[in-house]
Amino acid sequence: MIEVINVNKSFGGNPVLKDVSAKFEKGKVNLIIGQSGQGKSVLAKCMVGLHEVDTGEILYDGRDFTHLDRHERSKIRQEIGMLFQGAALFDSMTVEGNVMFPLIMFTKMTKGEMQKRVDFCLERVNLSGRNKLFPSECSGGMQKRIGIARAISMNPKYLFCDEPNSGLDPQTSILIDGLIKDITAEYQMTTVVITHDMNSVIEIGDNIIFIYKGQNWWQGNSGTIITTDNQEIGNFVYASEFMKEIRVSMQEKRR
Amino acid sequence: MRNIGKYILMLKDVFTRPNKWRVFFERLLEELIGIGINSLPIVALMSTFIGGVIALQTASNMSSPLLPAYTVGYITQSSTILEFSPTIISLILAGKIGSNIASEIGTMRVTEQIDALEIMGVNSLNFLVLPKITAAVLFFPILVIFSMALSMLGGWISLVVSNLSTTEEYVLGLRAFFDPFNIKYALTKTIVFGFLIVSVSSYYGYYVKGGSLDVGRASTQAVVSSSVTILIANFLLTQMILL
Ligand SMILES: Nc1ncnc2c1ncn2[C@@H]1O[C@H](COP(=O)(O)OP(=O)(O)OP(=O)(O)O)[C@@H](O)[C@H]1O
Ligand SMILES: [Mg+2]
Repeated sequence: MIEVINVNKSFGGNPVLKDVSAKFEKGKVNLIIGQSGQGKSVLAKCMVGLHEVDTGEILYDGRDFTHLDRHERSKIRQEIGMLFQGAALFDSMTVEGNVMFPLIMFTKMTKGEMQKRVDFCLERVNLSGRNKLFPSECSGGMQKRIGIARAISMNPKYLFCDEPNSGLDPQTSILIDGLIKDITAEYQMTTVVITHDMNSVIEIGDNIIFIYKGQNWWQGNSGTIITTDNQEIGNFVYASEFMKEIRVSMQEKRR
Repeated sequence: MRNIGKYILMLKDVFTRPNKWRVFFERLLEELIGIGINSLPIVALMSTFIGGVIALQTASNMSSPLLPAYTVGYITQSSTILEFSPTIISLILAGKIGSNIASEIGTMRVTEQIDALEIMGVNSLNFLVLPKITAAVLFFPILVIFSMALSMLGGWISLVVSNLSTTEEYVLGLRAFFDPFNIKYALTKTIVFGFLIVSVSSYYGYYVKGGSLDVGRASTQAVVSSSVTILIANFLLTQMILL
């Protein structure tokens, strides 16, 4: 479980996060949703320490991450996997090199053990046999999956995904969502996903945190988000004509 | 001024113990090839031609019979060793290597590859920059000795081809008043220049913000700043060592 406690963060006097508190649960897919520019990415970056918080605490299973130095953070970070919005694969390395990299840097595995682990992770994301390709030779969807394989290679306790679906077609999105959901349950990870995608919200939202104006405006799950009366949530969820129609038909059914 | 403080803080992170020595040496080998071996052609080309031109110009300006014939060799030797090879070659390498490093590291920054390293718990500055600096400090002296040799060779070729001097006179000149201290002085300068080029360019790449346009801007800035730093360092070192 990751706990965010009273976090504030501003950039040059411009407050972005205002007293945000939230709990991200183990074995569940926790979503951070909200409109563009509300502070979702900043929140995630504060959680993993790419931004320093101004005040507040981030606890990883009770361990206070905010006040650790680089060396101590490195230990917790080895338990974190992260999928970046643009995948952020190392383009000087092959697919295999990318997935193996954390193993080389942080484990004492033999070459054979690493190879086995890499093949296992690639298999998990349906990319067996693509070991020797370079990232530039892979499609966007493949890159995201390689990013996931790299993120899970160290068997992380915590998995962060920044907009795993952006720029992908609906079918590939569903595939990636399914993958995230499965591995979260299988390895009992605490997974945090930032998303705009309403389809993902409904499909994988075990626990949803809605960020609005830099605050934790609303917290719920894929069931309650459909039915809540909260005005801002309503504007977010039913922004498209399509979703509006679904709401109308649901209301008719209920009658 | 703020840049300088940030630059020094950066160096503090660069000079830490690598997490895995084996990985460090692999990276070092890559950089020795990238920074060192790949610079040999341009250094060879520049040195041979400029050495030739220095010798020709000296020879053509020396019509006075009072000057001994070996003067051409002597001037080629001393100007090459003292200034041309260490400083001019470093400036040329600042253009080649500096823009390369800044755009490589800058691209890694804007595509979040550096964030990816940090998230894993890797010290990205140490991982990326230390092998580059080590490679430059090790290989720049080799490049400069190579450059000295080729400039003198270029001088010889041009003189013999244009019939301005003989091999014996030229070689006599190269040996005249030869002072090994000058070589030591030149190599010291080169090591400092190599360090400056790599660290200054890495700085501009590492702290780039924005997109690919900004990476382009950073790499221009890296070349300009490392050239200026070389000129300033050259002045200071010359004062310190020669006076
Ligand atoms: N490094 C930074 N320096 C200054 N301001 C920043 C920085 N990062 C983010 N901001 C500001 O913080 C606010 C929230 O940005 P953030 O990236 O968290 O939005 P977001 O909710 O992730 O939006 P999107 O869905 O478009 O990615 C924005 O107004 C942005 O300008
Ligand atoms: Mg964002």
